[in-house]
Order: sequence, then structure tokens, then C-alpha cells
Amino acid sequence: MTEGLVQRPKISVRHLNFYYGSQQALKDNNLDIAEKAVTAIIGPSGCGKSTHIRCYNRIYEMYKGQTATGEILLDGKNILDPSVDLIQLRMRVGMIFQRPTPFPMSIFDNVAYGLRLKAKLSRSELEARVEKALRDAALWDEVADKLYEPGTHLSGGQQQRLCIARAIAVEPEVILMDEPASAIDPVGTAKIEDLIFALKSDYTIVIVTHNMQQAARVSDYTAFFYNGEVVEFGRTTDIFTRPQKKQTEDYITGRFG
Amino acid sequence: MTSSASGSEIIVAMPGTRLRQNQKLASQVFRSCAGLCGCSIIVVMAAILFELLLNSSQAMATLGWRFLVTAQWDPVAGKFGALSSIYGTAVSTLIALVIAVPTSLVIALFLVELCPKGLSGFFRTAIELLAAIPSIIYGMWGLFVLAPFMARYVQPVMGKYLGFTPLFQGPPMGIGMLTAGVILALMILPFVSSVMRDVLEMIPPVLKESAYGLGATTWEVTKDVSLKYGRAGMVGAIFLGLGRAIGETMAVTFVIGNDHSLSVSLFASGNTIASTLANEFTEASEPLYLSALVELGLVLFLMASAFQLIAQLWLRAAAVRMGTQ
Repeated sequence: MTEGLVQRPKISVRHLNFYYGSQQALKDNNLDIAEKAVTAIIGPSGCGKSTHIRCYNRIYEMYKGQTATGEILLDGKNILDPSVDLIQLRMRVGMIFQRPTPFPMSIFDNVAYGLRLKAKLSRSELEARVEKALRDAALWDEVADKLYEPGTHLSGGQQQRLCIARAIAVEPEVILMDEPASAIDPVGTAKIEDLIFALKSDYTIVIVTHNMQQAARVSDYTAFFYNGEVVEFGRTTDIFTRPQKKQTEDYITGRFG
Repeated sequence: MTSSASGSEIIVAMPGTRLRQNQKLASQVFRSCAGLCGCSIIVVMAAILFELLLNSSQAMATLGWRFLVTAQWDPVAGKFGALSSIYGTAVSTLIALVIAVPTSLVIALFLVELCPKGLSGFFRTAIELLAAIPSIIYGMWGLFVLAPFMARYVQPVMGKYLGFTPLFQGPPMGIGMLTAGVILALMILPFVSSVMRDVLEMIPPVLKESAYGLGATTWEVTKDVSLKYGRAGMVGAIFLGLGRAIGETMAVTFVIGNDHSLSVSLFASGNTIASTLANEFTEASEPLYLSALVELGLVLFLMASAFQLIAQLWLRAAAVRMGTQ
């Protein structure tokens, strides 16, 4: 159903199954993620959206009893293979969470955190990279004069953009966003959506959202998930105007979910 | 039957009469009880301080500041200098913390981040059992097992390689400041590590995920995120250990050697305030002798309080700095 839709995908998911202990949460997911585009994953709560993208950087491995089978090919290489270096993988695949998660340190140190892990940079280089990340995250003008204040002093929306700056500072190839605006007010949400739009020229973005208008506004491709399965995947314009499956249509027209 | 019927009538029909007033009274009684219990803490603290001051007044008047700054302790000649006890208390506590704090941190980390699920319950119970061992048992074990072990295996090696510093010179007797510190470390370990474990468990998972998501290792996540986030709790854990180590009596009395001389070497015998009190209270026949011992107690009380105060102030300053009030 999705074959051929995405030319030269950045990520190809093949027969992905996921288990919380013995409970299966994802069933035979197949999905192609287009490079330097925004792919939205929509669906009702508990349908496996977050679980799905949490496989892309294998963050689920922090927890015991969570396992994934199948293949996730990043540039053609299966990242679920046990031999994959998780640290390398996570530097290539960044993640933004539902709630802003500034570290208990200054704004500057927050953004510099990943950079410091990745390489030893001189102070001036570090400053330049931090400034660039903050500018790219559309936060620089608001924090330039208080870089050394705690990140926790910012507003919710600013904190989330700080987390985006922190993620893009290490120049990942893919950015995963797990409902990045669900805890943010409308003005902050609009800024984050603008930011997503601006970032897609440089990054491959996968965004999980339960806000369909948001998915329609920011994404190029949309996948509809239900009960752990990929029900439908296509161009966002097609999914929202001419859904092929009844379940998709019911969901986007608000008949359930 | 009748009373219950009329009771429910009152609730429904007339809120504000007897039953309502009973409720009000009960609430007031509870309030006063709670307030009284709260105040009793302050009263007990004040009473202890007052008693200590009262009973040590003779020593203070007779000995003055010399009590704090001289090390000569000769009850027969009426000379009482507390310096060796104060020094011993500080040094043995410091040794205990130097050993116990990093070890506890590693134990807590292991239990929270690394230990397989099935095993962690076993380790938790084992560590908590350590806390249940009475201190006299630690003392006996220290005297009969640890001290000879230190004398035969540990101290000779330390003397050989670290003997260039004055801290590790002298004959390896086993009994002494170092062994006391080691015993103390063992005794505070369960407390410090279980508080640290609780702190690490309270770090929001999503915060750790963010750090792992940037490509940090377990150690980096702990060092940069968990420890900073749980800083207040960590300092609390350390001060809990300090509070226990500073006043620990029985086990220390067994292994420290109980010698009033002041010695830089950690191999040498020494004493602490608590061990001096335990050893000498029963033999203090002279009023001045007794008064001097009470003054020692006062010093211990003030030392412990001062450490608590410093900890609180430091935490408050840190909270303001990091904006995590």
C-alpha cells in the first residue's frame, strides 16, 4: 500500500513488532519516512504512535522487558541490530518529548550538553555552535542576554524550543517529536509549528500528534495508526482529503478517537 | 434506635447545632494536639541544650577556652583538654564519609540503573539488614576481625606506598583512627545508600530519556542530570550519614584505642567525643571531671547542629542558583 510512495526513504520500517513484556503493542508495522520532510503519525491514544517512534532511537531499551523485532533501516542499515552503537545512533536520531525536559543547568549548558558529549570543542567554537542552535530554534532573541540563567526559568514554550535547540545542536539527521506541543499554550504551539516547518529543509522529522489540524498543517506525509497497526499511510493532502480506509476517515472526521 | 434516628435528623435538618459543634471541638482538639507535639520538639531541644549548659558551667568557668584548644586530658591533675576528642570525632567522621559516600553512590546507581530486576530486591534487603545490626556487634566484629585484618593486610600496604605522608606512618596496630573510620563507613553505608537510591528513583524518567536520547552513557546521565536534579536529596543523604557517624559510640569505642593523645597518623589510637563519654562517664567522680564531660557533650551537640545548619544554608543557596525551589 505504501510501496513506491516515498522515493529513497531515510528510514524504512519493515515488519516491526513491539512488546511490553508479553503484551504486543505494535503489529507488523511497515512505513517509509521521507528524507528532509515531515511525517506525522496520528491516531487515538494508546494506538502505539509513541511506541513506534521510540523504536527509532531505541530509547525503549532503558526499560526492562520491552522488546522490538523486525527491521528499521536507517540509510539502509538495520538499527535494531544488537551490534549498533546506541550512542552513535542517538546522536544521529534526536528526540523531543511531550513535556519540555530542560536539564538542571544553565540555558547555555543545556544546549552545549550534547556537543560536549560528542566532541571536544574550544570555548569559542562551542559558543558559536550554541548560538547557531538557539537561532535555528528561534529562541536566540529571547535568551541572548540570559544564557547563564537556569533553563527551568523559561516559559513552557521557550523550554520546549530550548530542548529543540539542544537536540539540533548535535546536528542529527532525524528528529523525533513525541507530541511536542501538547503541553504548550497556543502561541507557543504556533512558534513550534513554524519551527518544524523551517527545520525540515535540513532534517528528517517524524512527529507524533493527536492534534489532526497540527498534522495537516506541518506534515508532508501522514500515517494513521490504530491498535498498533499502520492503517493508512500517504501524502498528508491525500490522507486528509481522500482517505482510502473507513477507519481513517472516521478518525479524521472525528467520529471516534 | 431512637438516638440514631434523631442523630441523622440533626445532620439533615439542622447543620450548626450540637453535632456540628462536636465536630468543631474535635477539630480544635486535633489542632492543639498537633501543635503541642510540634512544639515538644523545640522544648526537648531547648531542654537538652539548657541541661548541657547548666551542667557544664563549672568546667566552662574553670577551664575557659583552654578546654577547646588543648589536648592534655589528665583527670587526676584536673586538666581537661578536649582537642583530641574533637579532632578524633572530626577525622573519624571524615574518613567514614570519604569511604561511604562514593561507595553508597555506586551501590545506589547499581540498584537503580544496572541491577537485573530479580536481583535488586535481594540486594536491597541485604543492605537494609546491614542497618539492622546493633552497633555493639559492629564493635565486636571490628575488634576481633577487622582490626587484626587491618593490622596484617591493609595497614602494612598503605604504610609502604603512602607512608611518605604523615597520615600513614607508624606501626600497624589495627586499632586506631583508620579502623574506626572504616567501621563507621560500614555502619552509615546502608542509610546513605538507601536515601541515595530513593533520590535516584525519583528522577523523572523523561529527563533521563532526554539525556540518553542525546547519546549520553549511563554514567554521564547520572553525573550530569540525575545528580544535579537530585542534588538536595544527595546532600541530605550525606548529612544523614554524617549525623550518624559523628555521634556513633559503641563500635568506635571498641576499635579506636581510646587514647587522649593527638596524633596525625591515622594508624595511631585516638578517641572521639562519644567514645570518651562512654568510657569515662562512670569513673567521673570529681564534679569538675563530670562537668568537663558534659561540656564535651555540649561540643558534640553544637558540632552536629552546625553541620545541619550549614547543609540547610547550602541547599537553600543552591536552590536559588539553579531555580529549582
